[in-house]
Amino acid sequence: MTTTPTQYTRTAIALHWLIALLIFIAFPVGLYMVDLPLSPQKLKIISWHKWAGITVLALVLVRILWRATHRPPALPDSMSRIEKLAAQGAHHLLYLLMIAVPMAGWLMSSAKGFPVVWFGVLPLPDLIGKSESLAEFFEQAHEILAWLMALIVVVHAAAAVKHHFAARDGVLARMLPRLK
Amino acid sequence: MKILVTALAAAALALPAAAVEYGTLDPAKSSLAFTSKQMGVPVDGKFNKFKVALSFDPAAVQKASAGFELEIASIDTGSKEANDEVVGKDWFNAKQFPTAVFKSTSVKALGGNRFEVTGPLTIKGRTQNVTAPFTYKADGANGVFEGAFTIKRLQFGIGEGPWGDTSTVADDVQIKFRLVAAARK
Repeated sequence: MTTTPTQYTRTAIALHWLIALLIFIAFPVGLYMVDLPLSPQKLKIISWHKWAGITVLALVLVRILWRATHRPPALPDSMSRIEKLAAQGAHHLLYLLMIAVPMAGWLMSSAKGFPVVWFGVLPLPDLIGKSESLAEFFEQAHEILAWLMALIVVVHAAAAVKHHFAARDGVLARMLPRLK
Repeated sequence: MKILVTALAAAALALPAAAVEYGTLDPAKSSLAFTSKQMGVPVDGKFNKFKVALSFDPAAVQKASAGFELEIASIDTGSKEANDEVVGKDWFNAKQFPTAVFKSTSVKALGGNRFEVTGPLTIKGRTQNVTAPFTYKADGANGVFEGAFTIKRLQFGIGEGPWGDTSTVADDVQIKFRLVAAARK
């Protein structure tokens, strides 16, 4: 029971890549849609973006539950203390942002009086009342946090590539078993 | 004797009819709102400027009448972007059709405090007969009329061209009204 696994479980791997895929779609779609002129297409795209974001939020909660009940594989001893701290810090920040970004979007939707109906079926409760100033605040927060997340994702991916090709320590294979 | 009873009964029936008749609208307490569904999401909006000519005596409902005139440009859809959009040609074409009007042709009692008004509603130059159930209650010297009905926006040509796609913006739009009118002296 106390032995540290060498790779993530299939559940953790599936969640990681599913969330990654959704973020890779939702982020550029979000950037694209905001400047579109108002049209039925824009309303559709905004709804899809919201559905993707709320799905990320739901999956992240499952992932956090997984983390709380499973021990993740240890980082290789070849990594320095600083590197390990940086890796942990980046992971924690990613978890935080994967919650904060969709939450800011949800709050923005509530404040704009355009609530989220998940997949057009499940209406989510409004977290705050309609307010122009709060809508603007959360719109900015959503955008800034999303960009911050994109930045950390780039660092995260660059570190994974470095682990695989420079350090050759098998860290990437923990999340991508086919590389083994 | 018989004549006297009949006369008294007639007087008793006639009395409430003359007791109160509502007419002057209190715009601050009245509202005209609507809910549309966009991608399954209910979105509320309202009209800020409207005139109502009302004549309603709860004891003589069949004589009641209501006339509505609302200013399309006073629409508030909840966002500025949408407000600018909906006054345009595909939607309300507010330049050519600045007002929407309703004129009752009949009002009938449904029992209790429930009534029903029917009449032609004209939006964007197109007319459809609508029927709206409403409730009435007295609130001090005021009469409060509340009701809701559903129209099909495409019957009025509201949201044409690409906006005719009802999978994005549903055809059904619910109209909700709350009118507070003072008793006529």
